[in-house]
Amino acid sequence: MVLPFNPQDQPHESEFSLDFNAKPWTLDRVITSCTDEGQVAIQELMGALVEQGWDGSEFFQVNMAAEEAVVNAIEHGNKRDPCKSVHLLFRVSPTEIYLEITDQGAGFNPDTLPDPTDEDLIDKPRGRGVMLIKEFMSEVHYNDRGNSVVMIKRRSAETGDSDSNG
Amino acid sequence: MATPKRIVVNEQDGVSVVRFVDRKIVDSSSIEQLGEELIALVTVDKRNMLLLNFENVEFLSSAALNKLISLRNKIKPTGGTLKLCNLHKDIEQVFKITKLDKLIEILPNEEKGLASFK
Repeated sequence: MVLPFNPQDQPHESEFSLDFNAKPWTLDRVITSCTDEGQVAIQELMGALVEQGWDGSEFFQVNMAAEEAVVNAIEHGNKRDPCKSVHLLFRVSPTEIYLEITDQGAGFNPDTLPDPTDEDLIDKPRGRGVMLIKEFMSEVHYNDRGNSVVMIKRRSAETGDSDSNG
Repeated sequence: MATPKRIVVNEQDGVSVVRFVDRKIVDSSSIEQLGEELIALVTVDKRNMLLLNFENVEFLSSAALNKLISLRNKIKPTGGTLKLCNLHKDIEQVFKITKLDKLIEILPNEEKGLASFK
């Protein structure tokens, strides 16, 4: 039996200030707790980024954030429980990307995660996904329960990518 | 060990140079296999001077980073060394953000990587 999502786990993009100036590309899908289904959705997302002119480091960063958040939802949130699903809501415009990922797990508190760069944790093979998401996206918000993340990426003033800026 | 599927290994001047088959190291079963093949280089083949050449790699997830940390932890007690080279600049940025560049030395290319073992 597949568990339904709670009413409070429905998308809450209306809470955020978004500036989609044209009808954005949208993926609104419920997937099982299977990373293969997550991969298919992320590949579609990245295809949409290409179509909307995202490239270079920003393309890489969104790919990384989406990958980490979807894997976290499936593996740490739902713990690969086949009865639990993950709701993906992706919107992509040429200037803004909105990614909302909600699992049916118990949730977590991102503020209490240990810093993986601490000296005594640096050689421990875990805990870097949430850090990379925060670093690579313009805004990251978790709901109170900690089972839903909203990630927003805004196009930087310098569009595209340049090897000369590093 | 059995012929690896996810890596290609060449011996040069006493250093095992490892290249990756996948351009995107993201699929969970592939990452598990990759991790096992890397660890087997140390535990089965008894190699402990490893230079991983990332020239072919466009993307990797934090699950793949975890395999590199485990490999480094496996090599360290043997007195060996793990180094990386030819990282795509976005991937190198991932190592800098996570400070893994302090744990595993990164060289700009294979030539400098090999020279650094001497």
